[in-house]
Amino acid sequence: MRVLDWTRRSVLIAGATTAMSLGLMSSSVAQTPPGVLIVGQIAEPKALDPAAVTAVNDFRILMNVYDGLVRYKDGTLETEPALATGWEISDDGTVYTFTLREGVKFHDGSDFNAEAVKFNFDRMLNEDHPYHNTGPFPLSFFFSSVQEVEAVDDLTVRFTLDAPYAPFLSNLAYPTGLMVSPAAVMEHGADFGRNPSGTGPFTFTEWRSNEAVVVEANPDYWDGAPALQAVVFRPISDANTRTAEMLAGGIDMMVEVPPVALSEFQGDQFNLVEQAGPHVWFLILNAKEGPFADVRVRQAANYAINKEALVNDVLEGTAAVAAGPTPPAFAWAYNDALEPYPYDPDKARALIAEAGAEGAELTFYVTEGGSGMLDPVAMGTAMQADLEAVGFDVTIETYEWNTFLGQVNPGLEGKADMAQMAWMTNDPDTLPYLALRTEAWPDQGGFNSGYYSNAEVDMLLEAARVSTDQAERARLYKQMQEIVREDAPWVFVANWKQNAVTSDRVENFALQPSFFLLLKDVVKN
Amino acid sequence: MAGYILKRLLSAIPVLLGITVIVFLIMALIPGDPATAILGNFATPENVEKLNRDLGLDKPLVNQYFIWLGNMLTGDFGQSFALNRPVLDEVLERFNATLILAGTAFVLCSFFGILAGVISASRQYGPADKAITFVVLLGISIPSFFLGMMMILLFAVNLRWFPVSGMWPIFGDRDLGALLSHLAMPAFALAVVATGVIARLSRSAMLEVLRQDFIRTARAKGVPERGVIWRHALRAAMVSIIPVLGIQAGFVLSGAVYIEMVFQWPGVGRMLVDAILKRDILLVQGGVVFVAACYVMFNIMVDVAQSLLDPRIKT
Repeated sequence: MRVLDWTRRSVLIAGATTAMSLGLMSSSVAQTPPGVLIVGQIAEPKALDPAAVTAVNDFRILMNVYDGLVRYKDGTLETEPALATGWEISDDGTVYTFTLREGVKFHDGSDFNAEAVKFNFDRMLNEDHPYHNTGPFPLSFFFSSVQEVEAVDDLTVRFTLDAPYAPFLSNLAYPTGLMVSPAAVMEHGADFGRNPSGTGPFTFTEWRSNEAVVVEANPDYWDGAPALQAVVFRPISDANTRTAEMLAGGIDMMVEVPPVALSEFQGDQFNLVEQAGPHVWFLILNAKEGPFADVRVRQAANYAINKEALVNDVLEGTAAVAAGPTPPAFAWAYNDALEPYPYDPDKARALIAEAGAEGAELTFYVTEGGSGMLDPVAMGTAMQADLEAVGFDVTIETYEWNTFLGQVNPGLEGKADMAQMAWMTNDPDTLPYLALRTEAWPDQGGFNSGYYSNAEVDMLLEAARVSTDQAERARLYKQMQEIVREDAPWVFVANWKQNAVTSDRVENFALQPSFFLLLKDVVKN
Repeated sequence: MAGYILKRLLSAIPVLLGITVIVFLIMALIPGDPATAILGNFATPENVEKLNRDLGLDKPLVNQYFIWLGNMLTGDFGQSFALNRPVLDEVLERFNATLILAGTAFVLCSFFGILAGVISASRQYGPADKAITFVVLLGISIPSFFLGMMMILLFAVNLRWFPVSGMWPIFGDRDLGALLSHLAMPAFALAVVATGVIARLSRSAMLEVLRQDFIRTARAKGVPERGVIWRHALRAAMVSIIPVLGIQAGFVLSGAVYIEMVFQWPGVGRMLVDAILKRDILLVQGGVVFVAACYVMFNIMVDVAQSLLDPRIKT
C-alpha cells in the first residue's frame, strides 16, 4: 500500500500545482491594447529593405514605412502623386521629369531630395555604386530600362529610359520603387534591412526575430499623422494557428484566411474584408506539340472545366471566374465585354471529335503550393475529373513549388501538355508581355512556357508598351484580350479575391486591389 | 573513464564530417535553387544566373563545400539568404527555444513515464496497472500535432486559459510566468507520446528486475516494500531505462518540429522546415550540422552515464 500512498500524495501535489499555475496563467492572456493594431502575418519578413525583397508578406510592412515617388490611388491600380508632386513625360516617352515634395524628411532626420532619389536607383541598378553590395536586388529588372537618373536641382529629378516603357510609373508605385534613406544605408550597410528608415506614415521601432516587427506612428507624416499609435506584425505561418489566434483575440487582423476557415468568422465580433486583385490563375497549354497544338482542343479544355464549381466549392468563393488573361482589377485596361468560357462538356466533346483528339493522353503538372496558387492540388484533381469526363486521359504529376518552377519555366516541350500557374502583377503589361509573346518563349528568357504565338498579339503588346497615352494602351490591351481568349493558349480559371478578417474593434480598414496593406487611416478602439 | 570519453569524442569527428558531406550534397542535389525560390514567378534563366552570382552560388560544388567547411571551422556559418542575418545567430536563438521546449517535455515524460511504469509494475494486473496501461496506450496513439490542435481549440480559443502560440507575450514582462503560460501546452503535447513509451518500457524493465533473487532477499530481510521498489528494483532497472530515455530525448527533439509548427514555437525545427521550402541552403546546412553535433554529444553523454551506472559496459 505504501507505493500507492506515495503516489496519491504526488498526484495531489501535481494537481494542486497545475490548478495554481492555471489560475496564474488565465490572467496573463490579456486583451490587446487600444490604438495598437496586431496583424497576423503569414511569415517572418526577409528584410525591411524594399529593394531587396520579393514577397507580398514583406510588402505589407514596407508600404506602411516607406513612400514611393508615386502610389496607387485608393481602391484602384492607377497612379497618383506621392513623394513626387507631379511629372512630365517627353513626347517620345523616354524622359520622365519629376518635381519632388518639399520639406519631407526620412525617419532618421535626413532630407528627402533629388540626390536621395538618385542614390536609391543607382544603388539598385549600378554595379559600381559603393552601396550596390547591400543587395542583392532581385527585382531590379523592373527598372532595367532606366539608363540614367539625374538630380537636376534639389527638388527635380530626371529619369532617362533607353526606350519608351509605359509601365514605368506603375513600377514606381510598386514596393521595389519605394524610397529608402541614403544616410541610413550608409550607416548600416548590409544591415539596413534590419534598421530601415523611410518617409512613410509609420516609423520602424523594433524587430524581434520570429516574434514581431513593431512600427510606431510618424506624427510628422506629410500626408497627415496615422490614427493608430503603433502596429505589430506577428509572423504566424501555420494558417490554422493564425485562425486560432484570431478567434482567441491574440491578433486584431489576419490576412489570407484559408477558405475552410471563413465560416468561423461569420459572427458580429468579426469583419470579413475581400478585394479582387491583379491576380490570374490559369493552365498553360502546350501549343507546340500534342493535342493542344490544335486551337479547338485548347478551347475544348476551356469548355470542359467547370470553373464555377472550382471557385465556389474548392475555393469557397475566395476567387472569381476569370474570363481572359487580364484580371478585372486593372479596371482601365480590362475588357468588360469578355465573357468567361461557359461550362459546356457537350461542346467540348464536339470540338474534341472535330479535332480528332478523342481519348488523348495528357500529362498535367500540378504544384503542391506556392505564391498565389491557392489550393492547387484540390483544383488539379477537380480539373482532372472534368477533363476525363469529356474523354481525355489525364495523368497528374505533382511537384514542390521550387521544383515545379524549375520544370515549367524552361518550357513544357517534351514533358507535359498542361501546367498550373498563377501570377500577381502591378501593370497590365507585365504578364502578357512576359508570357504570351512569341519573343517570350523560354529559349529567349521569357515565361511563354506553352509556346503560344500570334503575330497580332505580339504587335499589340509591343505597341501598348511604348505608348504613353493610357486610353490608347487600354484600347490595345482590350483588343489583345479578345484575341487571346479566342486562341485559348491557357485555360482561364480564376482571379483571386484577397481576404482579411478584423475584430470588431478595428474600423476604417479596406484592402487594396494592389494587395498592399495600407494601415494609415485604420482605427482601433 | 577519461580515456573512454576521449575515445568517444574522437570517434565523433568522422561522423560529423560525414554529416557535413551528406547535408551539403542533399541541398545541392534537390531540384530548385535559392535564386528560383527568391524570384518565384520572375525566375528567368537570366535573373536566376545573376542572382546566383550575387549569392556566390556560381562556383563549382567542390569549391563551395570546402569554402563552407573552412568558414565553419572558424566559426563562420555564413549568412541566411531568406532571413538576411548570420546563420549562427539564428540557429543559436532557435536552438535555445527548442531546448526549452524539448527539455521541459523531456523532464515531464521522464518523470511521469518512470512513475507510471513503476506503479504499473508494482501492481501488475491490478486496477492501477490496467488504468495506467489504458491511458498510456491512448497517449501513444494520438498524433502530437492533432493533440496540439485540439488543446489550442479547447484551452486557448474556448477557455482562454493559455495563449495560442508563440514563446513570449507581445506586451508585458518576459518573466517566468509568461514563459510557462506559453510553454505549458506545447510541452505537454510533445511529452505525451514519449511518456507512454517510457512508461511501457519502464514497466517491463521493472517486472524483470522484480522477479530476481536479490529482490526476494531484500523482502525477506524485511526491507519495506517502498524501499524494495524505489531503492533496490528501480536502481537496477535504470540500466535498461536510461538508454530508452536517451532515445526518447532524441524523439522529443525531433518531434518538436510538428509541435513548433502547430504552436508557432520559434524553434529550430520550424526554422529548418521554412529554410528547406525557401532553399535557404546555408541555414539548412548550418542548422542540420549544429543539431547533429548536439545529438552526437548527447549520445556520448548517455553512453558515459550508462557506463557509470554499470561498470561492465566499457569498451
